[in-house]
Amino acid sequence: MSAAAIEVPGPADVLEARNLRVTFSSRRSAAPARAVDDVNLALGRAEIIALIGESGCGKSTLARALVGLVKPQGGQVISQGAPLKYSKAALRQHRRSVQLVLQDPAGALNPRHTVYDLVAEGPRLHGLTGNLYERVCTALTQAGLRPPEQFLARYPHQLSGGQQQRVVIAGALALEPSVLVADEPVSSLDASARGEVLRLLIDLRDTLGLSALVVSHDLGLAWNIADRVAVMYLGRIVELGTVEEVLLRPQHPYTRALLSILPGRRSAQTLTLLQGEAPDPAAIPGGCRFHPRCPLYAEKADDPRAQWCRERDPQVLPALSDSHLVACHFAASGAPDNPTAPPASAVGA
Amino acid sequence: MAALRNDDAALTAGTDPVPAVRRRRRIGWGYFGRRALMSLESFLVTLVIGFIVFSLVPSDPAQSLARAQSVTPEQMADLRAQLGLDQSIVVRFFHFLRNVLTGNFGYSWEYRQSVGSLIGSAIGPTLLLMGTATLISVALGLWLGVRAGWKPGSKFDRFWTGTAVTLWSVPTFWLGMMLLVVFSIGVGPIPSLFPAGGMSDPTVDGHGIAHILDVAHHLVLPCLTLVAVTFAQNLMIMRSSLVDELGNAYLTTARAKGLRDAEVRQRHAVPNAMLPAITVIFLQVGGLVGGAIVTETVFSWPGLGLLVYNGIKIPDLPLLEGTFVIFSGSVIVFNLIADLLYRVLDPRVQG
Ligand SMILES: Nc1ncnc2c1ncn2[C@@H]1O[C@H](COP(=O)(O)OP(=O)(O)OP(=O)(O)O)[C@@H](O)[C@H]1O
Ligand code: SF4
Ligand SMILES: [Mg+2]
Repeated sequence: MSAAAIEVPGPADVLEARNLRVTFSSRRSAAPARAVDDVNLALGRAEIIALIGESGCGKSTLARALVGLVKPQGGQVISQGAPLKYSKAALRQHRRSVQLVLQDPAGALNPRHTVYDLVAEGPRLHGLTGNLYERVCTALTQAGLRPPEQFLARYPHQLSGGQQQRVVIAGALALEPSVLVADEPVSSLDASARGEVLRLLIDLRDTLGLSALVVSHDLGLAWNIADRVAVMYLGRIVELGTVEEVLLRPQHPYTRALLSILPGRRSAQTLTLLQGEAPDPAAIPGGCRFHPRCPLYAEKADDPRAQWCRERDPQVLPALSDSHLVACHFAASGAPDNPTAPPASAVGA
Repeated sequence: MAALRNDDAALTAGTDPVPAVRRRRRIGWGYFGRRALMSLESFLVTLVIGFIVFSLVPSDPAQSLARAQSVTPEQMADLRAQLGLDQSIVVRFFHFLRNVLTGNFGYSWEYRQSVGSLIGSAIGPTLLLMGTATLISVALGLWLGVRAGWKPGSKFDRFWTGTAVTLWSVPTFWLGMMLLVVFSIGVGPIPSLFPAGGMSDPTVDGHGIAHILDVAHHLVLPCLTLVAVTFAQNLMIMRSSLVDELGNAYLTTARAKGLRDAEVRQRHAVPNAMLPAITVIFLQVGGLVGGAIVTETVFSWPGLGLLVYNGIKIPDLPLLEGTFVIFSGSVIVFNLIADLLYRVLDPRVQG
């Protein structure tokens, strides 16, 4: 599925999180919120990874850390093969190659700047002012705003949501980045604009070799655009693999639960509703962080391995790109690839 | 076109590739006309209210003008007829309207001069005092408001917001008197630093640098009083306007592009917060009038405020009416400017 059509020398992975940890300490409670709690993830050249998970699991925080907006408390962000330094110059360099696209394009664009100024801001800042006009037009064209001249003098409020998001993307493309980190890039758009913007991301991957990390809580979106899917739960990646592996043959009970609530899948799989409270990153349960809500654990109460669920944290997944990885004591023993069977019998039987 | 494409200047140059969209930002004459008409309406309503209020002032002008000299009832009736006080309130209102339309308010009862010439000589000092105080108060308020609003809850924010609000709640009269006592009369080790009142010292040469310095010296205390009680508004307006901008995603976008914090503030947050702030500040200029009257009175500053104060004691109706028209007219004009400014500057609001 990956269309690594463009061969460019350099490291295979353009952006990587290595044992990344981001915590937020609030004044009131003593325990800091571990929003990103030891994450490994490597984004290859011309690859789109979808990062999915419930609200509050740390997706945006991971995205912001990768862009360099949040300084991690532990681990490293590897940019172009070298660990990111948080000096001003290094950050500036990093931010040229890794661009952020936010959820709400209307808010992400300064309402009092024209499209030209919005797209030209990045290049100006990075001193790319020779051929600025041409650069802006090229970026707009690449983002699908054609003819670009027609959009230059407009203000964000004169554009549709989809066009606004294209302007945001053009602003990123104007810097010729190697990676887009897109935090729910289409969730505020209507259905038709949604499809167009996703199509655009795929086109950019195919034509420019642009990589993207797309944050979403929409599994359908992941299915449509991603090469690989990373499933995040409470600050940790719990399942990682190709789209087919993760979405058709999910191994982690959490992924299965997420998938079982998709409308089309209800007939094929037992509906699994997650039990318990929404997770709090300031109080991550011991053992497997999912065990208080895990349907599989609930079912396997007599299995000796159930004790592991309570006591042992499953291994942190490495950033391998060629295997299907699952952070679960039961699934790790090698579960049969059987997408149609109900989850309980699929694993550890 | 090819030559123009080489840089940025293409957009500002004459043969721009930019279509007419930019030009749409202009405000149409239709809008301007409607808005001006509305201002006129509110001006008329204000005039009516002002007239009614002045007619309700309880003291009798004829009595005050006679100054407790023993006057016979006939003389009194004569005086009342002279002043036009014997006429019905409706007739007097039409006189007043005629005066407003012709700009001629007749003679001040108290000063026995034409109201026009009184206002003419007082308007300069008032413009000087209010203008200086407003400039300082706006500049100071905006600067502090930006610093405070960018990091709400910081020490800087808490200190300056607290100070400003405290000064704001102090009565102008009281603050003026305190400054007068401390810095003009002198208290303990503090010598008398500034003159106690007026706008210039008659012993100083009335021309040139010496005169300017003399006026500036007299200006310090009244100006300080006005600034102290008004900069809080500007600070709070700017601060809250900036705090409103802080949550906006475009600031994150700008940071992610590589802008440093100070650049994000100066290029994005402050300009966008400035527009609503300036608008509100223009609307607040009216609030300065009350402060100006009190300040001019405390420091005997020979401006419109002092005229009003002296006029109210009588009440000197022609004088009050004349100054009232000036004050309310300028407040309404400022409101109109604020509104039009907003429309010109904000691309999202179009006529
Ligand atoms: N600046 C911050 N200060 C304190 N806590 C934060 C901050 N940002 C995020 N958090 C906490 O970190 C956790 C992860 O937040 P994050 O925004 O990354 O989640 P998310 O997966 O993007 O959720 P959503 O789908 O709702 O966007 C949340 O519990 C949130 O409360
Ligand atoms: S390790 Fe145990 S609790 Fe955790 S997901 Fe697997 S089965 Fe559930
Ligand atoms: Mg989020």
